[in-house]
Amino acid sequence: MATATITSGHSIFQRSWDFVRRYPIIPVIILITLLIMAIIGPYVAPFPRDKGFSHDRNLGLWEQSRASYIPLGGTTIEDLSFRECGIIDESKVAAKDNLEQCGKLHILGADHAGRDIFSRLLHGSRISIAVVGFSLTSGMILGTAVALFSGYYGGILDEIVTRFVDIWNALPFLMVALVMTQLFGAKVNIFVWKVDMLLFVLMLVAWVGFVRVIRAQVFVLRELDYVAASRVAGASDVRIIYRHLLPGIMNTVIVVATLNTSGLILAESTLSFVGAGIQPPTPAWGVMTNEGRDYILEAPHITLVPGFAIFLVVLSLNFFGDWLRDRLDPRLRQIA
Amino acid sequence: MFRFLAGRFLTSLISVFGATLAIFILVHVNPKDPREIFVPQSGYGLTRESWERLGDRLGFDDPAVVQYANWISRVFRLDFGVSLGYQIPVWDIIAGRLGATLQLGIGGWLMAVVLGIPTGVVAAVLRGGIFDYIARFLALVGQAAPAFVTGIVMIWLLSVSLGWFPAGGRTPDEFVWQEYVLPCLALGWGSAAGLMRLTRSSMLEILDSEFVKMARAKGVANMTTIFKHALRNALIAPITSMLLLFAGFLNGALVVEIVFSWPGIGQVALQDAVQNNDFPLLLGTVVIFLLYFVVFATLADLMYTIIDPRVRLR
Repeated sequence: MATATITSGHSIFQRSWDFVRRYPIIPVIILITLLIMAIIGPYVAPFPRDKGFSHDRNLGLWEQSRASYIPLGGTTIEDLSFRECGIIDESKVAAKDNLEQCGKLHILGADHAGRDIFSRLLHGSRISIAVVGFSLTSGMILGTAVALFSGYYGGILDEIVTRFVDIWNALPFLMVALVMTQLFGAKVNIFVWKVDMLLFVLMLVAWVGFVRVIRAQVFVLRELDYVAASRVAGASDVRIIYRHLLPGIMNTVIVVATLNTSGLILAESTLSFVGAGIQPPTPAWGVMTNEGRDYILEAPHITLVPGFAIFLVVLSLNFFGDWLRDRLDPRLRQIA
Repeated sequence: MFRFLAGRFLTSLISVFGATLAIFILVHVNPKDPREIFVPQSGYGLTRESWERLGDRLGFDDPAVVQYANWISRVFRLDFGVSLGYQIPVWDIIAGRLGATLQLGIGGWLMAVVLGIPTGVVAAVLRGGIFDYIARFLALVGQAAPAFVTGIVMIWLLSVSLGWFPAGGRTPDEFVWQEYVLPCLALGWGSAAGLMRLTRSSMLEILDSEFVKMARAKGVANMTTIFKHALRNALIAPITSMLLLFAGFLNGALVVEIVFSWPGIGQVALQDAVQNNDFPLLLGTVVIFLLYFVVFATLADLMYTIIDPRVRLR
């Protein structure tokens, strides 16, 4: 085994370094962190999502909240910084609420409206998961199904599908997203759920990515003897596709899905950034980056922190995707 | 060759037809009355008669096919109606801003080509060296960071902190090169990264091939081997992808325009059109982008066949 030769006779440092180089261990840690953030984040977030505290405006990284400092004397933040936490006015309920937040740590600082950036990042991480869970998954199912049928039957159906995919690729999706949000609103009803239009548009982007690659694979598979054998044995087309072709392309599907994930998350954040995606009170990372842009002089961290978070996630996904591709399906190197 | 050209032309014609049809269906088959989209939603509203007259003018009584034909013929005459926000023809707005967007797109593309391809070649030749590592690291960063994040970081570092370049904007009717550096870099970096990786891998492949070994074996100088034998063959893939890339560049330009307050189409289409519900303007922009995209994709395809005639034999 390759691993055995590596692990023998080196220091623990050397061995762990080799391990890190061989497996995408750091990207996986980041991605798992993202997943955990998305699952439990909103429940453990130290601050409310949309409520800002005026005294916390533009607060830097790792600073304590001044949500309810008693404004003795001065009124600027600098004047307030040495005051005790206390109730400004017994009659004001808002001030009492703020008292709970006072003195808590803003791990990643607070934004221009005094909202905690870390808490908002936690809430926003759910959107990346929604993109993967809804857009990528449904796009994957749709694209794979189309590719299977068009690859298996070939002929005129395949011609139409290929042409259609070409046209689809010619659509500028940034603008299509804008048009659709304008026409149908930012949210669409699917049965009982309200789904963001953005997730829908991203699904429409995602499915094409699967068709070409998988169709080419199906072309190879359908000529193989075992497919012919099952046809001789009397299997129906649908059965051949489902039982014999689908397992053969599963590796490719997974690789293409992983490689497309980072692109979709990039598209999500870009669309949210320009205002065609998730709408402002919801703290999508792209939205946060856009909102903080105007304060780059006084408080650059408001825009840089969410921007860096996007970068980190996409980078991890790229690393992980490349690794998975080399592992499962090295032939895809040419395509993706 | 003629057959091939005719086929390509036909394909792109079908693409234009299909894509405009898709947009037409999207606009006309939706829960809203199109009148609500094409008329400003403020003021005291319209009387019953003028509402009906509006329907007549938009041709609601015609069959859908006729409506589409009318619409497409107007599109080809560059008549997209009147912008709701500006109250001037949509085409005038777009035409006035097309130049700035094109400049940005071309600048970003040049940046990608100039940075990507030479770096890829050098990284392949000096494989495993420090330059190779740095180039690959920069490529990884470029591929992972969205253009708007790169842009903002550059504004923060090079403009706000160091003050080397202006943070955005464009002087009208005058070429100030400093204004172009950051937007073009933000736009081009991602593509430069892709080009660099592609060039590097195809160059490595060629450098490992038999004919390069042959050249080395018979004692051809190292530089001659690299530039005369290897480079020419290695550049086919990057050049193709470089041409295809250009079709996608204006899309990216839209986002970069927002970051750098560049007075191009992106600002109009994304900010004004969306915030003011100016649908004719948005629709006009979409159609222009679509046509542009198809034209460039076709051109790229043709160039590809000129560079590498083997493709035609597919």
